[in-house]
Amino acid sequence: MIDFHLDVRSGVAPYQQIVRQVRQALLLGLLAEGDKLPTVKEVVAKLAINPNTVSKAYRELEHLGLAAAKPGVGTFITRSLGHASLTEHGPLQQELRAWMDKARAAGLTAPGIEAMFQNTLRESDEEEK
Amino acid sequence: MTAILQAHALGKSYGRRQALADCTLELPPGHVIGLVGPNGAGKTTLLKIACGMLAPTTGQIEVLGEQPDGATSQLARVGYVAQDTPTYANLSVADHLTLGARMNPGWDAKLAQARIEQLGLQPRQKAGRLSGGQRAQLALTLAVAKRPELLILDEPVASLDPLARRDFLRHLMESVAEQGTSVILSSHLISDLERVCDYLVVLVSSRVRLAGEVDELLAQHHRIVCARRQESDLPAGLIVISAEHTDRQSTFVVRSEGELPAGDWSAEHLELEDLVLTYLERGAAPGAGAATRPTGAAR
Repeated sequence: MIDFHLDVRSGVAPYQQIVRQVRQALLLGLLAEGDKLPTVKEVVAKLAINPNTVSKAYRELEHLGLAAAKPGVGTFITRSLGHASLTEHGPLQQELRAWMDKARAAGLTAPGIEAMFQNTLRESDEEEK
Repeated sequence: MTAILQAHALGKSYGRRQALADCTLELPPGHVIGLVGPNGAGKTTLLKIACGMLAPTTGQIEVLGEQPDGATSQLARVGYVAQDTPTYANLSVADHLTLGARMNPGWDAKLAQARIEQLGLQPRQKAGRLSGGQRAQLALTLAVAKRPELLILDEPVASLDPLARRDFLRHLMESVAEQGTSVILSSHLISDLERVCDYLVVLVSSRVRLAGEVDELLAQHHRIVCARRQESDLPAGLIVISAEHTDRQSTFVVRSEGELPAGDWSAEHLELEDLVLTYLERGAAPGAGAATRPTGAAR
């Protein structure tokens, strides 16, 4: 079971934050196929957020094919994105590393690199939609 | 879906003083509705009329399809937690539950008991000796255990410390998740509302300035920054909510029904707090009339 957290000031819609955290947990191998997500009531009781927000996030996860709801039982992960998928992308990581070296050489420091990475990621996310 | 609350030209005056005037409002069911507005906007009056504690002097109101006239059948369907979450100081926690059970036909004693235990309240303790946070939780327990269809809370967390506030909202949301209750909640604390509300109403001087689902409202509003120009030079279909100008730059908060058209400006979404403040300022501006009237135009 995983826990969610919420950053109201992040500018990211709360339901998207939950979706993102499930994805991250999947990538990190903290969640795998068959795992049960916390119930809406559990999430709500911990985070003090609107139940509809959690339901919306879970619907989105279903829509993405990452989870499925079993009525009366709960919502379950239907796909693993575990460690393997990250390590399989070794070449990509090397490219990223090379890019980061270039960024440093160009005079950027860690916060600047992170900001640029986040911005670009957000842009490409938005274009994906 | 039928509205949980429908008000038409609702007004309440005390002698010459108008506490609420010409308030027209329709609220959908199945939401946690945040009611925001400056002091004196009429929020408390509206909520008291809605639960049958006050009779309006003008206009009509229906709550859950009935006129709130203080009849028992209606009272059982609406839970109300007043400002500062009052309890009876000389009665014990257990006394409060007994009182709740006697006064409410649909009283859920099991639920009330479970919540008191969960909160760690001693049944024999006098309500007057509880902390502010515990009193608020007791008042919420009383309102929730009648299993209302609609729960109305008037600034329930205003006087609580941040931890007690979060605890209160956690329990409130838990009951919403469990029972599917509709909630109307007034508050000045927009960061709290942002967490718990999925519908927002901004009330200024009895008038609804903004109402809608939070996600939609956030999607429809943008702050655009551009080279100085007149409002009238913006594309049609953009409703200007606020405008500020320097000698070379203009900043507008605009509302658009569909996608924001592309233009020679930079556009960003507003945070809920900024959005609410924009409407509050606009409502407070001298001569602010109907909600569609543009303000702050530099002509």
